Amino acid sequence: MRSEVGRLKVEWLKGEGALFNPSHLAVRPTLNLELSTLNFSFRPVSAPEFNIKYVAHLARLKLSPEEETQLGAQLGNILGYIEKLKEVDVTGVEPTAHAFPMVNVFRADETRPGLSNEDALRNAPKKTNGLFVVPKVVE
Amino acid sequence: MLHRLTISELTARLARREVSARDAMQACLDQVARADGAIKAFISHNPADALTQADAADKSIAAGADFAQQPLLGVPMALKDVLAVKDHPLNCCSKILGNFVSPYDATVVEKLKTAGAVIFGRLNMDEFAMGSSTENSAFQTTRNPWDTSRIPGGSSGGSAAAVAADECIASLGSDTGGSIRQPAALCGVVGMKPTYGRVSRYGLVAFASSLDQIGPFTKNVRDAATLLEVISGHDPRDATSIPQPVPRYTQALTGDIRGLRIGLPKEFMVGGLDPEVKRAVDAAVTHLQSLGATVQEVSLPHTDHDVAVYYIIATAEASANLARFDGVRYGARVDGVDPLEMYGNTRGAGFGAEVKRRIILGTYVLSSGYYDAYYLRAQKVRTLIRQDYLRAFEQVDAIVTPTTPTPAFKLGEKSGDPLQMYLSDIFTIGCNLAGIPGLSLPCGFANASQPSALKSQPRLPIGLQLLGKPFGEETLLRLAHAYEQSTPWHKEHAL
Repeated sequence: MRSEVGRLKVEWLKGEGALFNPSHLAVRPTLNLELSTLNFSFRPVSAPEFNIKYVAHLARLKLSPEEETQLGAQLGNILGYIEKLKEVDVTGVEPTAHAFPMVNVFRADETRPGLSNEDALRNAPKKTNGLFVVPKVVE
Repeated sequence: MLHRLTISELTARLARREVSARDAMQACLDQVARADGAIKAFISHNPADALTQADAADKSIAAGADFAQQPLLGVPMALKDVLAVKDHPLNCCSKILGNFVSPYDATVVEKLKTAGAVIFGRLNMDEFAMGSSTENSAFQTTRNPWDTSRIPGGSSGGSAAAVAADECIASLGSDTGGSIRQPAALCGVVGMKPTYGRVSRYGLVAFASSLDQIGPFTKNVRDAATLLEVISGHDPRDATSIPQPVPRYTQALTGDIRGLRIGLPKEFMVGGLDPEVKRAVDAAVTHLQSLGATVQEVSLPHTDHDVAVYYIIATAEASANLARFDGVRYGARVDGVDPLEMYGNTRGAGFGAEVKRRIILGTYVLSSGYYDAYYLRAQKVRTLIRQDYLRAFEQVDAIVTPTTPTPAFKLGEKSGDPLQMYLSDIFTIGCNLAGIPGLSLPCGFANASQPSALKSQPRLPIGLQLLGKPFGEETLLRLAHAYEQSTPWHKEHAL
């Protein structure tokens, strides 16, 4: 199946003042970042796998129907692109959560000055009696 | 013309009492008034407060203040709208923060104030630092000072454009995947992302916590060293900041780079590169060689996966960090019948398209059933990318690449296609994933060879990227300074 990204590349090559004009391509027989970045096939992620409504609910994000359609299509493209990570052999590789892992970063257990109640509530959209006000949680 | 000075030039004149901090501040305010209608780098600034701060600096100078202790005394600076300055607005160029006013100073802002800087404005950015062109700002679109039909880069586009247009003497930005280096390159100024953990992020609104760093935008390398020295250091309020002594970075600027080993990653200097960018970077490498550096090829074999790894890790972390913007404690709120509906309404109305796209992607890659396939796998490939860099640094002292594949592109050129926009960051992302320092400095111009009579296109700056070992900032600054001082590029002004 012809990928969206593949199509994108063809358009770039054709486009006026194209970023990736073929005449720009070096002839060195090394890994070509541009081609290897873009030239791969993938299976477009379709509706059953990528349920935009479900993910938007998880993210607490209300989307309009137009946004659902547009984001769904764009994310399908992007997910297709990141599928390429499946090419990499990661057997026995530890994950990196931070470049310089710092463990057990403690501070002395002492009271310190913090924000006053007034400062903490300064930017509250709704407040009363020194508290944040939110819609009713239970009936 | 005081606005055109560098930090070191201005402070030298202030120290000799030839000029006042008020004059320097007024010159910058005048330049903002003159230029910013076209450039649109500033979201807000407060001239009265700026002049009051400048007067205070003049009093300190009159009382005999020591510029060795306060290296930024009287220097007008503006900051990316992602850093907290007490009692100043903070919006991250998003609608969702409403009329937010910072209740405290970021650690870097405390340090700037202690060093005497005059902080007078908020600079435009892509909303929550998500973007490569500053077109994702909910406020305005910043223009490239060298050609106002083009983008300044992003996400710290306002910071880069304000320095390039001489609207402030220096600025700070934040860099998660290139957001300092890329706009610095496209606007023809110096931009630096320090080693992960070098600079405290307390008071920086978080985007991707394992990648974000704060860094300087300056008109030359010496100023970058001065500013880095001021903002670096361990901070107990940021548990990821690293307790490592801060060197005197300005003392690294010896001009002598003989024997330094430079690596050219073969995966970077290949097809897809704009021919003028390639020509400028090749010439810069030859120039560094002529100054006594040695050059060899190195390999970063997993470079090809940088963008994919980045857009999984950065969006996953962003989806968690941005959960706090829910309309409860600060910012704008759109009501609902219950808290859940209020969260959705607030976030749906408050976030722009790119932020929504990344939150959705990040939520998806972390969601049940996909975590291992995307997020965990990306973290493992990140390990391989980092190992590539550390292995390369066993052979060389610094890696040299173009900062961007092309000069500044046109406004609107890529805004309709997120993936194409993401791919413009291919050269800057690896640095953040590996946690190493990176610096971009001007190394020439595109369209420079056109005879001026036939000049149909403006000249566009090209950036050279230097990448260093963890905590190798001194080597990068030394290399950059030696290159800069023997080339003409930094002497050119956009306006």
